[in-house]
Amino acid sequence: MPPLIANGVRYASAIAVRDLCRTFPGGVVALDGVDLDIQAGEFFTLLGPSGCGKTTLLRILAGLEYADGGSVEIGGKSLEGVPPHRRSVNTVFQSYALFPNRNVRENIGFGLQMQGFKKPVINERVEAMAELTRVHDLLERRPEQLSGGQKQRVALARALVNEPDVLLLDEPLSALDAGLRAQLQVELQRLQRRLGMTFVFVTHDQQEAMVMSHRMAILHEGKVQQVGTPQAIYEKPATRFIARFMGHQNVFQVTARGSDEISADFGCLNGSFADGSYVLLRQEALELRAGVSHGNNQLQAKVDECLYRGSVAEYRLICGNARLTASCHNRGQGLFAPGEAVTIEVAPEAVAMLSG
Amino acid sequence: MQQVAKQSWQLVAMIGPGILWIVLFLVLPSLFLISIAFLSNDPYGLPVMPMTFQAFRELAGFGLLGWSPANIHTLWRSVWQAGFATLLVILISYPIAYYITTRPAHLRPLMLILIVLPSWTNQVIRAVGWMNLFSPGTPLANAAAAVGLSEPQMGLFPSQFAVVVGLVYNFLPFMVLPLYAAFERLDHVQVEAARDLFANPLRAFFAAVLPQTLPGLLAGTVLVAVPAFGMFVIPELLGAGRSTMVGNLVARQFSDGANWPLGAAAALIMILFTLLGLFVLKRAARRLGGEREMML
Repeated sequence: MPPLIANGVRYASAIAVRDLCRTFPGGVVALDGVDLDIQAGEFFTLLGPSGCGKTTLLRILAGLEYADGGSVEIGGKSLEGVPPHRRSVNTVFQSYALFPNRNVRENIGFGLQMQGFKKPVINERVEAMAELTRVHDLLERRPEQLSGGQKQRVALARALVNEPDVLLLDEPLSALDAGLRAQLQVELQRLQRRLGMTFVFVTHDQQEAMVMSHRMAILHEGKVQQVGTPQAIYEKPATRFIARFMGHQNVFQVTARGSDEISADFGCLNGSFADGSYVLLRQEALELRAGVSHGNNQLQAKVDECLYRGSVAEYRLICGNARLTASCHNRGQGLFAPGEAVTIEVAPEAVAMLSG
Repeated sequence: MQQVAKQSWQLVAMIGPGILWIVLFLVLPSLFLISIAFLSNDPYGLPVMPMTFQAFRELAGFGLLGWSPANIHTLWRSVWQAGFATLLVILISYPIAYYITTRPAHLRPLMLILIVLPSWTNQVIRAVGWMNLFSPGTPLANAAAAVGLSEPQMGLFPSQFAVVVGLVYNFLPFMVLPLYAAFERLDHVQVEAARDLFANPLRAFFAAVLPQTLPGLLAGTVLVAVPAFGMFVIPELLGAGRSTMVGNLVARQFSDGANWPLGAAAALIMILFTLLGLFVLKRAARRLGGEREMML
């Protein structure tokens, strides 16, 4: 085996998931016919609320859980009946699962030791990986002497040092505080781009998913709802569920539809819109102006509440029969007061049509 | 000053009873035992002056008729029987304890009670039960004779085999309970991590399961091995004089054999061996990393 990862991994593997099903004893359906194609070298995120089946899918990839039906291929090879210790797949667990009776060095070297590498090779590679994940000062410590972020890095190093075809990450950042989390998101993303390894990341945090992923899949009730780049999924969510999950607040049923206009509770918009029985107005793409004006794609509204968040001001507006939310970037233009009449300017890019 | 005086009175009131208890029931009896061991033996077996090492010489086997290894054999037999029984108890309890933790939560207390229930019966009655099971002519004894494990018409009792069975049966709950507690707290993700990191099931067991259950295993070993070493009733009844242990040797010196100094000396040696065993176990625990949770 050549020396450790310096300028990219030897190979990364694509993953093909076909019609994967899993029902737990007791009748809970975790996966209901999942199809996914993850490309080699991709940072792919499985995103969904708890109980959507994302962790079950990850565990099936690792070999820690059985599928009732369907197939999984990694690098073109079927994983049917392959036990976890014979898969070139390693996992970073949510609880880190470091071995408490081994120090950091022994933890990171565990996988290499199990694969039968000689001591000098193990030491060399453990030290190189510790350098890369910035835990080289902690090698002789025991897990109980580490902080949460340090444990996380050790868990990452312990998996990466084996240079697996695929690295699985099961909500690895969820136990960390916000600042550390943001920092590790960036580090993890950089590391993946540098190594070119296939990462499959599980999270319920859409911000985290968007920051790091090349592409992501939204899972809901055991089914894949949408697959795409963060931008595609955020700006063009396929369904109401995805729109809400991605943090959108202005989703309305279309009440009437003309050749080049749609109506909903908030009023009427002109333009050529895609098909769809629901309409989404992205709150950060709405522009607010003081006063009342009646132009094309302008909606009249009254400010109900103003939530000042520093970088943005979030307005709750009453607009026709609807309540709308608009987030305005704070460029020092001042705030609208509750009760004030405003005009909402709806640009075509702010509108997305949802199918259901 | 008054404040300090009051505080020291409170201190005395708080720890005084404990100290009194330890002095009355541990320190004084131990001193008593030690001094008896160094006294001479009068014709009726009671300790008298002067101070001497006679009891220890006798214990080492130097008697009126020259040297005999009988006592040393007894000591060795105690170590061997207690150790072997402890090993068997571990091998039997480990799967049982694991199995119970895999059962539905509402069944577990019932299963634990079934394990513990026999130990609520008098020890003598349980030993007599085994005597009846192992006596010549019983189905078990006949079966053993049929496959050539014992002489026909001899039965399985009295024998060293019967003593070990009795010890295992008697001490099983003391191993199952701490092991069960350890298994119930087992972090299964560690096992999965080991499997994920290329460990086959056996290596995953040694890397992730055994270390986690080690504190329970060590606690159970202390709870089983120490009393098994000093066991008196079971070898007396099931061994019928053929498999005597140190406990029997001590007991005899205070009853039929009447030699108090010799009994005291044997008891002292027994305590020394027990402490030595605990020391070895503690060292082993430290090396294996289970020490902190082991209450010694």
